[in-house]
Amino acid sequence: MYSYSDFDESFVRARVAQFTDQVERRLDGSLTEDEFRPLRLMNGLYLQLHAYMLRVAIPYGTISPHQMRQLALIADTWDKGYGHFTTRQNIQFNWPKLPDVPAILGALADVEMHAIQTSGNCVRNVTADHFAGAAADEIADPRPYAELLRQWSTDHPEFQFLPRKFKIAITGAPNDRAVTKAHDIGLRMVKLNGETGFEVIVGGGLGRTPMVGMVVRDFLPVADLLPYVESVLSVYNVLGRRDNKYKARIKITLHETGRDEIARMIEERFAEVKPLFGGDDQRLLADIAQAFAPPAFRNAPIGAYDAFYQADPVFRAWADTNLAAHRNDQYAIVTVSIKAHGQTPGDATSDQMRVLADLAETYGHGDLRISHEQNVILPHVHKSDLPAVHAALVQAGLGTANVGLISDIIACPGMDYCALATARAIPVAQEIATRFNDLKLEHEVGPLKIKISGCINACGHHHVGHIGILGLDRAGVENYQITLGGDGTEDAVIGEKTGPGFAYDQVVPAIERIVMAYLGLRSEPSETFLQAYRRVGIGPFKSALYDTGAQDAA
Amino acid sequence: MSRFTAKVVTANDLRLGDVVYLTADDRWTRLHHEAELIDDEAHAQLRLLHAAAQKLVIVGAYLADAKSGPNGPEPVHFRETFRTRGPSNYHHGKQADLVA
Repeated sequence: MYSYSDFDESFVRARVAQFTDQVERRLDGSLTEDEFRPLRLMNGLYLQLHAYMLRVAIPYGTISPHQMRQLALIADTWDKGYGHFTTRQNIQFNWPKLPDVPAILGALADVEMHAIQTSGNCVRNVTADHFAGAAADEIADPRPYAELLRQWSTDHPEFQFLPRKFKIAITGAPNDRAVTKAHDIGLRMVKLNGETGFEVIVGGGLGRTPMVGMVVRDFLPVADLLPYVESVLSVYNVLGRRDNKYKARIKITLHETGRDEIARMIEERFAEVKPLFGGDDQRLLADIAQAFAPPAFRNAPIGAYDAFYQADPVFRAWADTNLAAHRNDQYAIVTVSIKAHGQTPGDATSDQMRVLADLAETYGHGDLRISHEQNVILPHVHKSDLPAVHAALVQAGLGTANVGLISDIIACPGMDYCALATARAIPVAQEIATRFNDLKLEHEVGPLKIKISGCINACGHHHVGHIGILGLDRAGVENYQITLGGDGTEDAVIGEKTGPGFAYDQVVPAIERIVMAYLGLRSEPSETFLQAYRRVGIGPFKSALYDTGAQDAA
Repeated sequence: MSRFTAKVVTANDLRLGDVVYLTADDRWTRLHHEAELIDDEAHAQLRLLHAAAQKLVIVGAYLADAKSGPNGPEPVHFRETFRTRGPSNYHHGKQADLVA
């Protein structure tokens, strides 16, 4: 993986020194909160409901065992022994104390990590397909481009005060696992006449005005990536609305200006910008690409895996749900579920982090990924090692066989932590997972993505959940709106509202009615929830939800 | 004109981030029921100004709805109830730190 250059190292260290001084000046009264707030946000430090929260970037979701151990150390030393993986490939610590934060940032810098640009109206952590460099369906590893974008966007003087935050996602595979169509810029690698390029999607986003992005360039040669992305940012920086926070994202700019006009302006700017790059970006990219060379894959028999798969039903259930096809057919991609039934989605203890680091080192070519679905990936595991990996995961409480199933729920922190939240999300996820585990139904139900947000800002991606749940405050009571049919893949769709929301204690029964309705109407067991929904529409699900005479619809 | 409803002054501790409430004798307490319950709008504004001026102690002071209870003021809105105890997924925050 990429290692910091001297420039990266000194930049991050300088930031730690600056922030150390800023915290001292806040504590001695030299800085007011109004002065300090933008400074702490620039370094990922929020003030939440019960405590401060530090959001640390995991660029394009790639993390080394050494870094993972440091996160564990931070959790043990300055927090409460765990961390929360987020839908933007970040990790959040929920309990840091302000005087300790400079030391935490120092500890992060020791392992080439930071919290810079994890807040504010700038280019945020660039996210990528969590199977990058491993997936069987991939054209090429997108991470060298993600790293190039990271370096370019970090402290870029033109883009530190954008109209609003700006999120970029990138994938090298046709099966979109990075939700590219719900980002300010989504980059999907494509092939045209043997040449590799990107389809550039602009103006996607969830939040209070959910929109699927639009293609502004069908084929962008890879060499033009940086000047083109700079042109998009440049046009947005001029046109984007600064008068209204709720209309400031590029998705609104796109809709107010029109796709064709925006595309024309981007091309016009691109013609000016491209010559200025003069090939420096391509030299840098070539250096970066070397850091993402594939590991030396082992060539060994996989008979032990096949035998174990046949012999052990627990292992087989896990292998069926948690493994994905690797580009080397002796290997598998392991998704480690951070969604044990009844636990908090995305929370890993420090002990679990150390187990993951050890497994990556012993069996995984030293590579770990964090997915936007709040799981951890071992991208390169030889199939003969899978039984040992599975056994170690089970020991650490990480062996849950539920990836892609009903209990593999995305949930934002919600009102258990977040100052912006209007309702809780985590306990709803816990209760749904527990309920369907008790019913022993989730393998029968099959692929089903539930996504829960505790406010309209949609960090929990509820709009693109097959079942989406949005927690709101209705007249001083938690109330949950349900959407159906959302999809975060290359066929992105915003889910449709079912109707009136449900009280906190009625959400789980409501979800159960939806799932039972699906089981009753699917044409055959292989028809997934989403396929069935697309075939029959929302009607039968509405009936199941509301025609019971018993629900507490508000 | 809408009628003024009772309030407490609440904020977060500058260093720890923990939720705090202003008492009638000008202390910051961790306990909601020790807060000063304010019935008068003009007095509420004065207390909020007094709180906001203490920038070396607290952050983000505001007035939160509250009502009178047997042991002192109680929160009205569920958000404020959560702030009195901590998250629901772990025994962390006030529910663990304070022995009631």
